[in-house]
Amino acid sequence: MELFKIKHDIPFMRYGKVTTAISLVTFILAVLALVFRGLNLGIDFTGGMLIEVSYSQPANIEAIRTALEKQEMSEVAVQNFGTSKEVLIRLPLKEGVKGPQLSEQVLSSLKAQDASATLRRVEFVGPQVGQELYESGVLALLLVAFGIMAYLSLRFAWRFSVAAIIANMHDIVIILGMFAFFQWEFTLSVLAGILAILGYSVNESVVVFDRVRENFRKMRRASVTEVIDNAITATMSRTVITHSMTQLMVLAMFFLGGEALHNFALALTIGIVFGIYSSVLVACPVALALGVSRADLLLPEKGQPVDNRP
Amino acid sequence: MRNSFPLWKNLLILAVLALAVIYALPNLFGEDPSVQLSPSRGAKLDQTTVEKVEKLLGDAGLKPKSVELADKRLLIRYAQTDNQIKAADALQTGMGDNYVVALNLAPATPDWLRALGAKPMYLGLDLRGGVHFLMQVDTDAALTQAEERYAEDIRSLLRESKVRYQSVDRDGKAVVVKFADLATLGQAKDIIKREVRGLALDIQDTVIRGTLTEPEQREIRRLAVAQNITTLRNRVNELGVAEPLIQQQGEDRIVVQLPGVQDTARAKEILGATATLEFRLVDTEHPTPTEESKTPIGSRLYKDRNGRPLLLQRKIIVTGDQIVDSSSGLEQQSGSAAVFVTLNGPGSRKMADVSRENIGKPMAVVYIENKAETKEVDGQKVTTHRKVEEVINVATIRDRLGKRFQISGLDSTEEARNLALLLRAGALAAPVDIVEERTIGPSMGKENIERGVSSNGYGFVAIAIFMIVYYRVFGLFSILALGSNVLLLVATLSVMQATLTLPGLAGIALTVGMAIDANVLINERIREELRLGISPQLAIYAGYERAFATILDSNVTTFVAGVALFMLGSGPVRGFAAVLCIGILTSIFSAVVVSRALVNLTYGQRRKLTQLAI
Repeated sequence: MELFKIKHDIPFMRYGKVTTAISLVTFILAVLALVFRGLNLGIDFTGGMLIEVSYSQPANIEAIRTALEKQEMSEVAVQNFGTSKEVLIRLPLKEGVKGPQLSEQVLSSLKAQDASATLRRVEFVGPQVGQELYESGVLALLLVAFGIMAYLSLRFAWRFSVAAIIANMHDIVIILGMFAFFQWEFTLSVLAGILAILGYSVNESVVVFDRVRENFRKMRRASVTEVIDNAITATMSRTVITHSMTQLMVLAMFFLGGEALHNFALALTIGIVFGIYSSVLVACPVALALGVSRADLLLPEKGQPVDNRP
Repeated sequence: MRNSFPLWKNLLILAVLALAVIYALPNLFGEDPSVQLSPSRGAKLDQTTVEKVEKLLGDAGLKPKSVELADKRLLIRYAQTDNQIKAADALQTGMGDNYVVALNLAPATPDWLRALGAKPMYLGLDLRGGVHFLMQVDTDAALTQAEERYAEDIRSLLRESKVRYQSVDRDGKAVVVKFADLATLGQAKDIIKREVRGLALDIQDTVIRGTLTEPEQREIRRLAVAQNITTLRNRVNELGVAEPLIQQQGEDRIVVQLPGVQDTARAKEILGATATLEFRLVDTEHPTPTEESKTPIGSRLYKDRNGRPLLLQRKIIVTGDQIVDSSSGLEQQSGSAAVFVTLNGPGSRKMADVSRENIGKPMAVVYIENKAETKEVDGQKVTTHRKVEEVINVATIRDRLGKRFQISGLDSTEEARNLALLLRAGALAAPVDIVEERTIGPSMGKENIERGVSSNGYGFVAIAIFMIVYYRVFGLFSILALGSNVLLLVATLSVMQATLTLPGLAGIALTVGMAIDANVLINERIREELRLGISPQLAIYAGYERAFATILDSNVTTFVAGVALFMLGSGPVRGFAAVLCIGILTSIFSAVVVSRALVNLTYGQRRKLTQLAI
């Protein structure tokens, strides 16, 4: 079976201006969402408490709320989680009361109210720990980006590494923007997902670049645009199949992996979709705009200067 | 053109895969409900203990599946959970207080696999349930304590050498010593310089300001954390938790993970319990009575670790919070085991006075612990606090004891080590604060693992169906390669004894998704070569060769990302990164080597190959 029988190269680069414009618009929208709505950070990053309790019969949310208010806990968020028998309670940190004590207070008041309440999970993170996580997360993101750029500059040419990293950042910002826009909870596992996408999406750009390099050697008379178009067309079927396979796996996690993997899989899904788009329609036009030429990728002939940078 | 690997290469691949099967296998066997018996406070664990345990269980009609003596603990396996709980109860009453009994789930790996060193992956708390605490050690408090200690030392030092001073106080982060005139300051300066290490002195007019030096500060902070870890470890041991994890994280944090413990309140009670020590003189003037009511005034009846009564004076010489440090070692003259104790200023003065007057008399070390016990009475949880006091050592005073002295007369180096540890653990460590707490219920842990594994499984099956339909025989090879990738990945993680967590499971799923990339690249390349009209054998060859460069490039970049993640990340990010990195390595091997071997074996030898099933 073969789904892609493309006779002629698709002139992707002819649409370069259009796709760049679309990217720019989505990118700006994502940035705006981030600026104006902000990320809905989970307690990993903000500090706070989260308690998941399950009951033997559907839980009475109102009763839980009043019971907790009696304990003078304000700003308590109580909501159903998964099923009607499971309840998620979120508490901000109270001044003077230590987290571990707080969780005991909550649990004992819930048990007093309904003995069938069983603890499924408690998470408490001090504000300082959250802050540190946030900082190390940002640092990780930067270091990963830097490592990738360094490797690509070494393996290809600086123009490609810049193009790949721009395409990459484009994906990351859009995932972040989506999380901000829809106010999905941004947890540590979502961060792990985003960092994975950083590696995954560059993988995609590398496959295309690799083909571009090969084509420069083979297609002696073709223009740069033709070379790139051909590279994208030739790797098209691989791109679609690989991503659909990965997506299959991620969707299995999304639907069957349970609440804990839900947002992680969501971040990956957005990342995979935009990873295809950006590697083809962002990375290549950017590389072209940066003035990629045959000389960038061919081994310099003897006697010629190695450095042709401006 | 023929595609074939030399025989040795095929055999090597076979050997690698066989090894992978062996080391991945333990993960399939599940766990035995078992009881873990570990000694506390110097109790012994040897073949006689094993016999005693076997007899105890035999009498109770609870014959275990096996009893294993390993690594300072006894593991008693059962087939069912009810027998496990009954056995735990029987052992608790039968073995006494010197042993800690804990319920455990031991991997049910068959003996022959265990003999090969094959162990299953270790499941993280999110997959098995339990409590996780992150504790912050207040090392600043330890510094303050140290400064106070130095102030006290200087005070007694000057007093002993009869140098008059106006005051010795702590001021901010410095010890300030004031003198009336320069002459006394000059005297004092020399003495302090000679005797007191760890302070940087700054002299202005008639005032000496001593501040802790950088290395000293670092050392104090380091010791405070180390000492707290020891204390926590002792207490967790008392909790009877099977396989607890107590680890330093960063400079001043301690992670405590207690798998299987659900009752956070109780865990916190025990971890926060206080323990201390007292030095008392043994009452040698009166005969030791058998009953509490017959003790003479001024004395108290204690028991030693073997339950023998011992009469001690009521007056306490020194308490545990006056102990600055203790270590175990060998006595210089006799070469027998001893514990070296260092006291603070007031403690050492008191000890010097008492010991001078009581040379030749025995002195006892009493260990005191406030234990909190929660019991269920009429459906309600009642917490009772119980003070446990016992004599852990009696030694004869041979000489006047000062700031540093040794306790000798110990049976073994093992005992000396335990005593030193208790002395240290009993002394005040820097306060700890729980800054992070995570509890995962057992039902949730089970659910997490079931969902995680099943989603991986369904994803894999979906990919397999598509690949075989789309690439036919080559698709089948790809799936076999992919399967070997999972096998290699699980085997590697098991050998490394990595902790598998939910993000780790997600990492396995994602690597499977990504590993398919290498296979797709190869298959597409072969198809492309065939389209160009190249002969099948050559197409296979070119497909693998050309795709290899691309596979390497694209995987190395992801690998770079993974390494950066592993270095910087914490918790779930780190676990995920570890799986990702190993997964990339195994996927290159499986896609390039394993699938190639399969293709070679199927098509490589055919001279007239006109068509490929791709």
